[in-house]
Formats: sequence, structure tokens, C-alpha cells
Amino acid sequence: MTRTRKPGVSRRATLAMMGAGAVSFATPWVARAQAKTIKVGMPTILSGRVAQLGTSSRNGVMLEVEKVNAAGGLAGRQIEMVIRDSKGQPQEAARVARELVNTDGCEILIDAEASSGAFAVHEVARDLGVLCLHTNSETSALTADPKQHIPNAFRTARQGVHDSIVGGSYAATIAKAKGLKKWATCSPDYAYGRDTTGEYVTYLKRFAPDIEIISESWPKLFQPDYTEVVTKILQAKPQALYSCLWGGDLTSYIDQANIYALFSQMEVFAVNMADYTALTVVKNLPKGIHSGNRYIKTYPATPENAAWGDAYKAKYNEYPTNWSWENATAIMLLAEASKKANSADGKKIAEALRGLKIKSPFGADGTVTMRAEDQTLVGYAIGWGTTIPQEPYVPQVQAGDWKTIFELEAEWKKSKGYA
Amino acid sequence: MDLDALTGCLASSACLVTQTTSGFIIGMLLFLVAVGLTLIFGVLKVVNFSHGAFYMFGAYFAMTAYQFSGSFALAMLCGAAGTAILGLIFERVFMSRVYGADVLMQLLVCYAFVLIFDDVVRMIWGPEFKSMGMPAAFQVVPLFIAGGVVPPYYLLLIGVALTAAMILGLGLARTRIGKVIRAAAHNPGMVSALGINTGLIYGGVFALGGMLAGLAGALAAPVRSLTPGMGFSVLIESFIVTVIGGMGSILGALIGALLIGMIRSFGSLGFPLFTEGLMYLFMVIVLVSRPTGLFGKEVA
Repeated sequence: MTRTRKPGVSRRATLAMMGAGAVSFATPWVARAQAKTIKVGMPTILSGRVAQLGTSSRNGVMLEVEKVNAAGGLAGRQIEMVIRDSKGQPQEAARVARELVNTDGCEILIDAEASSGAFAVHEVARDLGVLCLHTNSETSALTADPKQHIPNAFRTARQGVHDSIVGGSYAATIAKAKGLKKWATCSPDYAYGRDTTGEYVTYLKRFAPDIEIISESWPKLFQPDYTEVVTKILQAKPQALYSCLWGGDLTSYIDQANIYALFSQMEVFAVNMADYTALTVVKNLPKGIHSGNRYIKTYPATPENAAWGDAYKAKYNEYPTNWSWENATAIMLLAEASKKANSADGKKIAEALRGLKIKSPFGADGTVTMRAEDQTLVGYAIGWGTTIPQEPYVPQVQAGDWKTIFELEAEWKKSKGYA
Repeated sequence: MDLDALTGCLASSACLVTQTTSGFIIGMLLFLVAVGLTLIFGVLKVVNFSHGAFYMFGAYFAMTAYQFSGSFALAMLCGAAGTAILGLIFERVFMSRVYGADVLMQLLVCYAFVLIFDDVVRMIWGPEFKSMGMPAAFQVVPLFIAGGVVPPYYLLLIGVALTAAMILGLGLARTRIGKVIRAAAHNPGMVSALGINTGLIYGGVFALGGMLAGLAGALAAPVRSLTPGMGFSVLIESFIVTVIGGMGSILGALIGALLIGMIRSFGSLGFPLFTEGLMYLFMVIVLVSRPTGLFGKEVA
């Protein structure tokens, strides 16, 4: 389609000039001269089935950016977020990331992609050398594998192997106490489902060697009906069931398993249950499902964490997700590192980030640390508990022990040839 | 492959009952969607790729009605009636314009509406997934028949779907309207020449098809999560059903849907890693041996 433009100044241009004029009159000259903003680019998933998580990532970031800007920004420079939709496609995430740096002039990247996209953005960061914080990818290899290591990329998310160690040891304790020997698994049939279930079972068996997996189900991702999977598990008569289904798949599964009274016939361990997106949607949440914490404002049970959850709810009218805290942490770390380096320069911030320990509402002991050796977040709150159908949903969370996590993680790295 | 589990199940009455009902549930919901698809194709000669959207709307209408009224019956009614009206409007305003057109044109219009309808749902109900919740009346202990587990809600679901199948089959075969519809499918020009309003029949058939898919969505709403785009996976399976059963055949849709249900149900025991593949494999076998489907008629 072609459009003919009339000569002279267009209405839009006039409006823009008037706007600019109004701003320059309203803003004091001095303030404008020194406050050169720093642009931070953020590719994330804002459309499609997991758009809710991308939105919650953006919310988590914006909540913190406002605080940082109010306190003076990064070394005196106000943060300007440039957030773009990748539609959850890796190639699009890479393209958007590159464009954010090359065309929009972003000096830092917050990579709020799922694992598939994160590896693509990681390559862009490797290529451009720009400071990049991965906020959502929990796939262990992203930081654990030395081949992936670059000095300018960090991860502020939890890590799959940490979850599996804590989940496995928690489940093993319960398995021993209740004599749960026969287990079944039911997880979505793609990389995350397969890897996470495999690692979980490894650690479960390590802590409780006499456990036997008698049935495995691998429903498709986003499968609408799980009836055949539910009845198959009922036939196998396991004493316990593990699942890493998540989001709408998990709530469908619960609704469908509920009418078969599955939850009264076995102990259920669903790592992704204790996330508000799932907890608040399920109408008939069975009591006593074991779950890992994703984000829950009552764990860690500190006033800081509760206040953060409430502030988020007040602003966005919904509770934060697992991705919200991971993204908020990225901004908190950036702000601290910039303060320490007294600079907004990516290289100096990266230097300051290595080994940086900050106060955090999401820390197991009130702090989180950016571990220097593999540039990934440690010390965050990680634990398991059982659900109840109303707030606080998971009243008692049993904390994971970071000492054990570190030991077993080191061992795991060795077994993978990473260390 | 786990043939021991399959033979073990076939030998035990408890397992047989549980898996058979499981197959029925999957099959009957699929039937309701597929029969609308096949009906619309049989009469209008249009492959309605946007059919899954009616399933989605049925679920959302039911959920909203249930939230406002708390009545399960009203929710089902709203799901079915709402999609019937939607189907009628969609047919009269848009689909009726492309009847004579190229298949690609029809496909394009339908696909456009798949995207439009998904976005409409996103605008009205939001992008996040929703759950309707099981009505209190059905939150009961499942029945145990011959040792097998049968949830009461699923009995209702199977009953409703079977009733719909019977009314539809008898209605088309025995009533005057049924005869007119069949005649319109066969020779619309002649029916029109006899002074019958074919536009009304086309609209009515589309509305009926939409209503059946909407009813399926409404019945599924208490047990499946609701998301924009939820119609798509159901649509694909419905196509498999119609291909197996034969395009345009109601009995074919019923048998095809039940076969798919049973394949999923028993296949997940015997071939846990190949359940999906089994479905397609079966379709291929049918297509090779009977290209028009099990109950399809030769196209002249």
C-alpha cells in the first residue's frame, strides 16, 4: 500500500514538536544535561500460551527498576527498559536481542526467555560481548557446562539440578518414613520434562535406594486430555507419583485425576504446583500435594518477602510468579554491582557481579550470591512442602540445605565432565 | 513396548472396565466435535478448519455462565446455545460468501478466523489459562464397577454424547427436516428449485455443528484447562476421526471417535511411547485400505 504525503509539517510531527517543547520547558535544564539514560533490553515471551509468565517477568523487572531509578539509577543514569516480544521462538529471541543492542543502543540485556530461547540469546551475548543476565532459564547446562561459559553472561534464576537435589532428598525422607517403595512418574514429553524427571529420580534413588519406578507416562506438552494417563497410573497402583507438569497442563491433570480420586490413593509430588498461577486457578485443589516452592510470599517467611509479594499484588493485581522473582533479582543485582563498581559500564558491572552477595527477600538466609566460578545464582530460598486449598497454600516449607546442594552439585558436575 | 501390561490388563476385569470407560470419555467428546465437522462437510462441502474455535467458545461460555449462576445445567445450555448462535452468524456473514470459491480460499477464511477467535477469547477472558472447576454434585467418590473405576461425571458425559448421537442419527434418517438436509447435501439446486430456503438449511446445519462442538467444550470445561487456542489440538484429532470414519458419515464419526478413544486408552498401556503414533498409523492403514474412510461413500 502506498500513501501520499502532503508537503509541509505533518500533524504527527507538529504534535511531537509540541510535546518536546513542553517537556523541555517543564524539565530543568541541569537535570536533563546529566541524566543520560542507560537502555536495558529485554526479550521475553509476551504472546502465546506462556505469555502470562513473560508478563510477570516484565512486572518483576519494572517493580525494581522504579525503585532503582527513584534512588538515582545506575551510577546516576536512569534505567530505560526496552522490552520486546520474542513469541517464545528461539530465532526470534536471538534476532530481537541483537536488534536491541545494535539498533536500539541497549547496553545491557535481561534475557527473560525460556530455556529454548536463552541458549540463542546466549550466543548473541557471546558474539556482541554485551552484559547479559539470563533470568528464566533453569536448564543446568547453561552455566554448568564450561563450553557455555562467557565472562559477560550471568544467570539469576534457580537451576534444575538444585531443584532435583532438594526434591529428591525431601521425597526420600518421606518415602522412608511412609514406606513408599513403588513410584510412578508422569511428565511432559520434551527436554525439560525428561531431564528434570531423570535428575529427580536419580537423586530420589540415591537417598532412598530401595525405590522402584514401576510406571512412566509421558503425555504431550499441552495435551488436552490426560484420562488415559490417569487410569494407567491407577492400574499400576504405585504408592507415590512424581510429576513436573506445569501451568494449564498441571491444572487439567489435577481436575481429571481428582474425579478418579487419584490423590487419595497415592502420595503426589508435583514440583510445579506451588506457583500462584496454578494454585489460584485450580478450583478443587487436593490437600497434601507435595511441591517445590516456585514463588510464594510466605516462604521464606520473612517480612521482606511478604512485603515484596504484597507490593507486587498491589501494583499488578495478581501474585508474582517464579519468573517474577528471578527477574526482580536481576535488577537488584545490577543495582548493587553498579554501586560497587561506581559505574554503569557493562564490563565493570560484570566484574563487580562475580561473587557479589546481596540482601534479598528471596534468599534462604536473607541473601543471595552470584557465584563467581560459574556465574549463576546460589543461596536462594529452595524447599518443599504440602499444599492446602486456600492461602497460604503451602503453610510449611521444609528448606533445602545449601551445603548438601553444593556437595552434590560438585559431584554432578564431575559426572557430567563439567568440572 | 509393554505388551505384558496390555495382556495383563485385558485379562483383568477391573482394568478392562477402567480403560474402556477412559476410551469412551476420550472418544465421546471427540465424537461431538468430529460429528459437527463431518455434518458441515457433508451438507455444505466445506472443511471447517475453524471448528475447534466452537469447542473453545463452548468451554468459555459454560465457565462464565457457571461463575455467574452456579448452575451446571445452565452452563451446559449456555455453552451449546451460545455456540449455535455464533455458528449461525459466522455462516451467514462469512462462510456463505465462499461456498463456490476455491478450497484454498475457504481454508484461508477459516484459518483467519482460528486466529481471530483465539484473540477474541484472549481479549475477553485474558491470555492465562482458566479452570471451571467440578460442580459440587459431581465431587463424589467414583463408582467401582467390577473393580474398575468409573467417575460419575464421565457417565453423564458419555450419556449426553450418546443421546446427542442418537437424536442426530434418528433426526436425519426419520424426520422431514432430516430428509431435506440430506436432499440439500445431495443436490442443493433441486432442493432450492422446490421452494426450500437452502440458505436457512445451510445456516441451520452450521449452527448445529457449532452447537455440538460447543457442547463438547462445555462438557470438557470442568476437567480441562481453558486457554485461547485450546480448540486446535482437538481439531486435529477430530480430523483423524473424520478421515477414519469417512467424511460426511455420522456413524463413521462415532465409530472413528470410539476407535481413537480405545487406541489412546489401551495404547497408553501397551505402547506408552507410541500412543500418538498409533493413532496416525491406524489412520494410514484405513486410508490405504479404504481411501474414503470406514463408512465414507465413493465420491463421484
